[in-house]
Amino acid sequence: MPHPLRTAALAAASLALTAGAGRAQGLDASINAGFENATGWYVNLIFANLPGTEVPWIVGWLVIAALVFSLYFGFVQFRWVGHAVRLVRGDYSDPNDAGEVSHFQALATALSGTVGLGNIAGVAVAIGIGGPGATFWMVLAGLLGMATKFTECTLGVKYRNEYPDGRVSGGPMYYLTKGFEERGLRGGTALAVGFSIFTLLGAVGGGNMFQVNQAHQQIAGVVGDYPGWITGVIFASLVGVVIIGGLKSIARVTEKVVPFMGIFYVTAALVIILANIDQVGAAFGQIIEGAFTGLGVAGGMVGALIQGFRRAAFSNEAGIGSAAIAHSAVRTKEPITEGFVALLEPFIDTVVICTMTALVIIISGQLVTDPETGLFLIEDGQIVTQTGAEGVALTSDAFATAFPWFPVLLAVAVVLFAFSTMLSWSYYGLKAWTFLLGEGQGKELVFKAIFCLFVVIGAAASLDPVIAFSDAALFSMAIFNVIGLYFLMPVVKRELARYAEKLRRGEIRKYG
Amino acid sequence: MPGPFIVGYDGSPAATRALEFAVTQAAAAGLGIVLVHVLEWSPYSFLSREELEERHMRRKEELARAEVAVLAPAMDRMKDRGVAITPVIRYGHSAEILSDCARDEAASQIIVGRDGAGGLSARIFGSTAATLVQIAPVPCTIVP
Repeated sequence: MPHPLRTAALAAASLALTAGAGRAQGLDASINAGFENATGWYVNLIFANLPGTEVPWIVGWLVIAALVFSLYFGFVQFRWVGHAVRLVRGDYSDPNDAGEVSHFQALATALSGTVGLGNIAGVAVAIGIGGPGATFWMVLAGLLGMATKFTECTLGVKYRNEYPDGRVSGGPMYYLTKGFEERGLRGGTALAVGFSIFTLLGAVGGGNMFQVNQAHQQIAGVVGDYPGWITGVIFASLVGVVIIGGLKSIARVTEKVVPFMGIFYVTAALVIILANIDQVGAAFGQIIEGAFTGLGVAGGMVGALIQGFRRAAFSNEAGIGSAAIAHSAVRTKEPITEGFVALLEPFIDTVVICTMTALVIIISGQLVTDPETGLFLIEDGQIVTQTGAEGVALTSDAFATAFPWFPVLLAVAVVLFAFSTMLSWSYYGLKAWTFLLGEGQGKELVFKAIFCLFVVIGAAASLDPVIAFSDAALFSMAIFNVIGLYFLMPVVKRELARYAEKLRRGEIRKYG
Repeated sequence: MPGPFIVGYDGSPAATRALEFAVTQAAAAGLGIVLVHVLEWSPYSFLSREELEERHMRRKEELARAEVAVLAPAMDRMKDRGVAITPVIRYGHSAEILSDCARDEAASQIIVGRDGAGGLSARIFGSTAATLVQIAPVPCTIVP
């Protein structure tokens, strides 16, 4: 384990002991302080501004990458989107391959890992700080991110490992090593190792602590406030039962309920939007105007832009590399087909679902404006809300204006989303862990135990340091992944040209 | 010459009765049989990450098991009856696959058994026999 995390864990554990078991809130505060001290420097490093600007360099890194891929592949995300839909529908699937992983299944599983708190809490955070205008930049980042996802998922399938027993395993660590070797480039292994280390951090950060933290806030919002470490211990036990105990049934039930929760969430948002269809025009007006003026939010236009880009990347994970792991199991003769399918992911996740959340928050009038100036009231860098809520609670309050019972249902959804995302990331983390250290039951058990420990820490820490650390860890994965993508993008370009040619000559058979 | 019979077979007593009936008829008519075993599968079902990773491996296992445990014993029992039987294993929805096979083989009819349960689950989910009656491209024989 990298140094800062171990420090955090030890600090939290020792502080917890000295705090005394009887003082539950004191325990939370101790974990929180220890956590913030241990991770602050790292967060500052990742989110350091570009010299002379207020733009964190890492956000620029991702957006420029998405822009480069969009231009390099001639806006593949718009030109091939129809073909992507036909692939998902199974029009090009060979019936003799029935029983193998279909494009639809790979997409659905990958989506279930990304649709979740990013869409519910992340959007609320972005709007709470950056104002409605953040939505505009979020959508733009989502549209550009489609090209990034196309690139990484094509490579994920092309360079995946197929083991003699039939298991399939892919992801950035494999295309960084095998792809670089094939092209005669050096440094692939170093990139893969770097990626894997930060995947471990991302797994315990955004894939674990952020999730359980938000789940705790939801449960506390319904049943009343209580110490976070209690939620942490319960979640850690459940996650432990699944990933250490091998009790697959819990995982299976959760992962199968989650898609329905997603559909329900989108339906509820649609109902609210349609019921207030007369206000949608004004909401879009706020989104567009806020995008370029900020409407008084901290940092103005740049503040809105940064929040939008940050939350988009956190929500759809384009460029992070995690999706390439999930998509790589599909059965296809053409790796590029999974790239096409994967580009739908940021579209569904960010452009559609995040925008819906944003519209509901704006329409519900949760954000307080100054009646004299028309600008938002700001307190501590946050827009003042009707109920003083932030994060997922803001989304919850917004939905409650239409459906008073919604917070309870959203709490259930958030808890399930959180749980399934944690299981997803425990899988990604484990893949990185075994890539670094090799397979073996003992080694895998160590990772799983560490993962469970961080569930408790994540539940006890307060929102801000957890979000900051989660973002920092996730974005760090993108440093290594995107460098690799730049070097390997000619491979994807060749695949694209070859596939387009085959399609033109009618060599790609249509079955449906 | 009329096409072969398509027989849906899953190793159950009802399917065994259907096969028995089909073999008798086919022997009399001098026709072949295509013995179809369908593994229920939807490309739109939801799989977890581990299931995705292991899917190709599991599919191989499922095919091998279907071959050894279901089709091979049936072929063995019928080998002296003078009817050419072609075994087929396919993934998908039973009634649809049987209809597809009938079309592909230019079959003269489809023969399936029914378990006679007709309980609540059959009412809700529909039975293979009932669906076949609705969608089959060739005549169907349902063996009780």
